[in-house]
Amino acid sequence: MVLRKITMASLLFALLILPVPNMEDQGKVHAFSDQVIQHGAVGQDVIELQARLKHLGFYSKKVDGVFGWSTYWAVRNFQYEFGMEIDGLVGQQVKNKLVKASKGYEQALPKNEGSNEQSAPSEPTAVNVPGGYSQNDIKLMANAVYGEARGEPYEGQVAVAAVILNRLESATFPNSVSGVIFEPLAFTAVADGQIWLTPNDKAEEAVLDAINGWDPSGNATYYFNPNTATSSWIWSRPQIKRIGKHIFCK
Amino acid sequence: MFRWITISLLTITVIGLGAFGYKEHQEKTAVLLQAENSYQRAFHELTSDVDTLHDKIGATLAMNSRKQLSPQLAEIWRITSEASSDVGQLPLTLLPFNKTEQFLYDIGDFAYNTAIRDLDDEPLTEKEVAGLEELYKQSGDIRNELRKVQNVVLKDNLRWMDVELALATKDETADNTIINGFKTVEKSMDGFQQTNMETGMSSSPEKQDFSHLGGEKISEKEAINIAKEWFGDVDDSKFTVTQSGKGADVPTVTASYNEDGKNGYMDMSRQGGYPFMIMINRDIKEAEIGLSEAASKAESYVNKLNLDNMQLVESSQYDKVGVFRFVYVKDDIRYYPNSVQVKVALDNGDLLGLEAIEYFSHPDDNVNKEPGLSETEAKEMVNPGLEIQDNHLAVIEDEGGEPTLCFEFLTTKGDETYRIFINADNGNEEKVETMRTSEQKFDA
Repeated sequence: MVLRKITMASLLFALLILPVPNMEDQGKVHAFSDQVIQHGAVGQDVIELQARLKHLGFYSKKVDGVFGWSTYWAVRNFQYEFGMEIDGLVGQQVKNKLVKASKGYEQALPKNEGSNEQSAPSEPTAVNVPGGYSQNDIKLMANAVYGEARGEPYEGQVAVAAVILNRLESATFPNSVSGVIFEPLAFTAVADGQIWLTPNDKAEEAVLDAINGWDPSGNATYYFNPNTATSSWIWSRPQIKRIGKHIFCK
Repeated sequence: MFRWITISLLTITVIGLGAFGYKEHQEKTAVLLQAENSYQRAFHELTSDVDTLHDKIGATLAMNSRKQLSPQLAEIWRITSEASSDVGQLPLTLLPFNKTEQFLYDIGDFAYNTAIRDLDDEPLTEKEVAGLEELYKQSGDIRNELRKVQNVVLKDNLRWMDVELALATKDETADNTIINGFKTVEKSMDGFQQTNMETGMSSSPEKQDFSHLGGEKISEKEAINIAKEWFGDVDDSKFTVTQSGKGADVPTVTASYNEDGKNGYMDMSRQGGYPFMIMINRDIKEAEIGLSEAASKAESYVNKLNLDNMQLVESSQYDKVGVFRFVYVKDDIRYYPNSVQVKVALDNGDLLGLEAIEYFSHPDDNVNKEPGLSETEAKEMVNPGLEIQDNHLAVIEDEGGEPTLCFEFLTTKGDETYRIFINADNGNEEKVETMRTSEQKFDA
């Protein structure tokens, strides 16, 4: 009986002191760098900004390190409340005001554990994605570009990605990324399985460029390698230009 | 003794190999069969969809009330979309089948636009009825041709895998009943495209307009000099200069080079040498400068194009690069179609890319610059549940590709941000966009 009580007591005690060691680690506060932070930025400065704005109640979403629209409005509201110029840019003046206003933030961090305010992550947990394409769409396209054109110059890879996007826009092709890529016989890399090779960063960068509007193919919806093309029909298409080994056509 | 061991070992090996080969063969057959079945399914579904389509179009011709017409047209729209999806699952990419695909798209487009229209106010015009009759005839032709192919496929047990093989390995002149059947379908579309254009069922493809640019045809030497303005000191002999072919929307000259792990590419117009597109690829080191500093760099690159009144409207950081969009602003009106995009490296602020073809392909003219509505009137057109944060006057392209003057409202509701364009003349909601630009990382 006594033994049981002692065990209970020590267990309770252990529970009480357990969270303590973690606190010191989280007490570390990142300081702002001297860069002006603006819409679209990603990084630790943004985390710091979001966490402080959240602490003051201007920002209600997750602290994710990406300066999106919610952060933008939060900054503008902050600037309005503190009588500053409302431009959504976080320069030195705004940072000073913010640090001053959120003085309690540093002390508040460790104590807030367990409450609904989450502590800030050390790295951004989100990324910018262009024009409604998800990271997975981008990955799938990067796979196709790498499988089809990894030996090509950079512009040739962007052009292949652009052809996929031009097909999405076209009435005569499927209207999803996967539909275009997996259309039977549309891409040789799909037929022979090279699409499942692991793409490098260059292929992904090429896809991002194409989504952001770079189209070196000149609005092409087809391309072929003149050395291996077997269809005479493809030769009859109006040709736009040649990049590397591929001829791009309408 | 030794001989017996050898014999039995060999026998076991032979039997084992045989069993292995048989199993492999069986598995291969199963896989091929599965592929064949999915082709067959798509094909038979396509024929049945075209069949239904034909019937439904026929029925609309006999209908008179809106209560009947609108749902019927919505149904037609759904079926065309399914038929297009079936086509996308068949190995027809290397076959000339675009006209038929375009035909399906045009029917869908027409059906959708008519279905959402208030047919009590705006009943079908005579021209549209004539167009529908034409579509009825055409879908009938396609249906018959597809039925013929389907009949042969079923009768002779034709396999789509053979079609795929014929198309992938040999020239499509190969005699294949299915291929020939689809070619006949496509041929039956030949005469129709013109009539469809006349009845307004099919829209002619959008053409970009570069005629306002002017200028003399540039030589290779001039092209290299223009490229060097952007790439810096690169030896003339390193450049490759190529000309665009007959299919290009606008004739361009391309100058590219590859040196010391750096790859440069530039498209410019053949007439006048206007810079359309620049891409520079190299390894980028750790980010040293912030997005804001990069934005001012980007502005200096845009200034180099000698374009006036360009304003930064969008900036995004992707890992170690910043991408910025500038639009033309005149008299406080943003011209969204006239945009220039700039990509800047965040390690040293150098130019990595520039895209100005959008800017040059949209001559700024014949747009109404005086809004018919006042700002307050336009504000009333916005959903009252939204909080308006910011507004501008802006020119965007409407669904038909026509430049339209609009009031642009940036609004919020809870944590979401919406961009709403209200037509400045009639107060129509032209476009509503959810502004989502970032996504959570899944593999962090």
